[in-house]
Amino acid sequence: MVIKRSYEEINEKLKKGTAVVLTAEEVSKMAGDMTPSEIAKKVDVVTTATFGPMCSSGAFINFGHPSPSLRMEEVTLNGVPAYGGIAAVDAYIGATSEHPQNPRYGGGHIIEELVLGKEITLRARGKGTDCYPRKEIETVITKDAVNEIFLFNPRNACQNYAVATNTAKAVKYTYMGVLLPELANATYSTSGELSPLLNDPDLRTIGVGTRIFLCGAPGFVVWPGTQFNTSKLRNDKGIPKSNAATLAVLGDLKKMDPRFIKGAVFERYGVTLFVGIGVPIPILDEDLAARCAVRNREIETTVYDYGDPAHPMLGSANYADLQSGTIEVRGRKVKTAPLSSIKKAREIAEELRSWLKKGEFALTAPVELFPTGTTVKGLEIKGGAK
Amino acid sequence: MKKRFVFNFALDAADEPITYVLIKEYDLKLNILKAAISPEKGGELLVELDGDDKKLAQGLDYLRGRGVGVDAVDKKMLFRREECIHCGACVATCFAGALTIGAPDWELRFDAEKCVACEMCLRSCPLKLFDLRFG
Repeated sequence: MVIKRSYEEINEKLKKGTAVVLTAEEVSKMAGDMTPSEIAKKVDVVTTATFGPMCSSGAFINFGHPSPSLRMEEVTLNGVPAYGGIAAVDAYIGATSEHPQNPRYGGGHIIEELVLGKEITLRARGKGTDCYPRKEIETVITKDAVNEIFLFNPRNACQNYAVATNTAKAVKYTYMGVLLPELANATYSTSGELSPLLNDPDLRTIGVGTRIFLCGAPGFVVWPGTQFNTSKLRNDKGIPKSNAATLAVLGDLKKMDPRFIKGAVFERYGVTLFVGIGVPIPILDEDLAARCAVRNREIETTVYDYGDPAHPMLGSANYADLQSGTIEVRGRKVKTAPLSSIKKAREIAEELRSWLKKGEFALTAPVELFPTGTTVKGLEIKGGAK
Repeated sequence: MKKRFVFNFALDAADEPITYVLIKEYDLKLNILKAAISPEKGGELLVELDGDDKKLAQGLDYLRGRGVGVDAVDKKMLFRREECIHCGACVATCFAGALTIGAPDWELRFDAEKCVACEMCLRSCPLKLFDLRFG
C-alpha cells in the first residue's frame, strides 16, 4: 500500500491527540529493523533539532518614541553598537557586534539578557531634525518595555557543516573553537541524524512559511538563508557532503526561553549566539520516511584545514565516526569534539514533540518552496572604484 | 596513586625545602606543574604527587604542620556546571581527559582528578564557565 498523507490529515490527528510524533533519532533507530514503508505507515511527524553557535543572527527592536523624539542614527545597547540606519526608533542588534572596550561582550549576550528580562542601557544620538528635534537619549529598556522585538536570523540551521582541524604548528583560534597544532584535534558543529536539514535534504517540507521552534517560541522559516547553496556534492543518500542549504528564520523574542538561546564568545574570534531550532517534518510519504530514517554513519561531511588560510580539504568523515571521539585524518587518529550541543538538541526535539502532541502547534506547508540550482559566490577584489 | 594539589605558603615558609622533604622523607614522586610566587599572595605550587597512599597522607600532614595550605585541584578548579550547555567546545582542548562528552547522554563530564590545570578550557569554553583559583 502506498502511503500518502496531507498536512490537513496530520493537523487533524495532532488536534485530536492521535498523531504519532517521533524524534529523528528514534526514527533512525527504527530503521534498523523497519523499512521506510513500515515507518511511513506508523509515523506522522518527525521532530528534528539543533542547538549551535549561529553567528548570522540578530534582533530587530522598535524602542518606541520618547517625547520629543529623535532620529536614532548611532545606537548602542550596554555599549554594544546596534545598527540604527533604519527609521527613527528601530534598530538591529547583531549577534557578533562587540563592545569596543570589552570585545568579550557583545550582541549575543545582549540578546540573551533581553530574553532573560534584564534591563539594558540604550544610548542613541541623532543630528536633530524639525520632526525629531532631540539629539541624544540615555535610558533603560527591557523586552517588555519596547514595542516589538523579534529575532531575525539571516543564516541559521546550516545543512551539514565542515569539520575543522589544523595542520599548522601554531594554535588557531577560530569560530570552530580552539584548534590545536598539528592535527591534535578536530571540531564539528552539526547534530547529525537529528539535524533539521539533513532529514529533509531536498527541502520538500521546509520552505517559506514553515512554522518552527525558535529558541523556545514558535517561529517561522521566512526565506532561504544567506549563502544558500543547493549545488554541493551529495552522497548516495542524497545528502550534501559539506555546508549547503541554510534558513532565514524569525520569531518573537518576547516569547523565547533562555534555556534555548545563549550568548557566547569564541576565544580570539569573537562574540556569537547559540540558537536552538526545531523543525517538524511531516511524513507525507515513504520518501520522507526514508529521509528521516537516515543514520549518522550515512551522513558524511568534509574535513578542512583551518591552519591554512585557504582552508584546503583534507578528507571526509561520517557523523558516527565524529561522534565516536576520533576520526582519521592523513592516517592519523585525531580527537574530535562537537560545538553544537546534542543534549540541548534532544531537549528541543522533545519540547517540540510535546507542543505537537498537545495540539498547540499546527504544521504548515511551505507557502513557497526554496530555489534549486543555487551556488555561492566569493567576493572579487576589484580596483578602480574612486 | 597520582593526585594533584595546590600548595599555598607564606613567603617565609619558602625557606624550608618542602619539596625535597616530600621526596626524601615520604618517598613521593613529585612533579611541579606550575609555580607562582608574589609578595602579595605568597607562593602557590601546582603539583602532582605519586606514591603510597599512607605516605602521601603523612606528607600532606607534614605540609599542613608547616603552615602550608593543601587543596586538591578539584577544589581550585571552578566550573559553573549549572550554566553548561553541553556543547563540547572545551573537550576539544582537554588533553588530560578531565573533560569528556559523548554517547549515550552527551552530557559534559568534568573529572577533576584528571585535571592538570592547563587552563585551555578557560579559553575554549564559549560561555567562560571555568576559572582557576591560582596565582
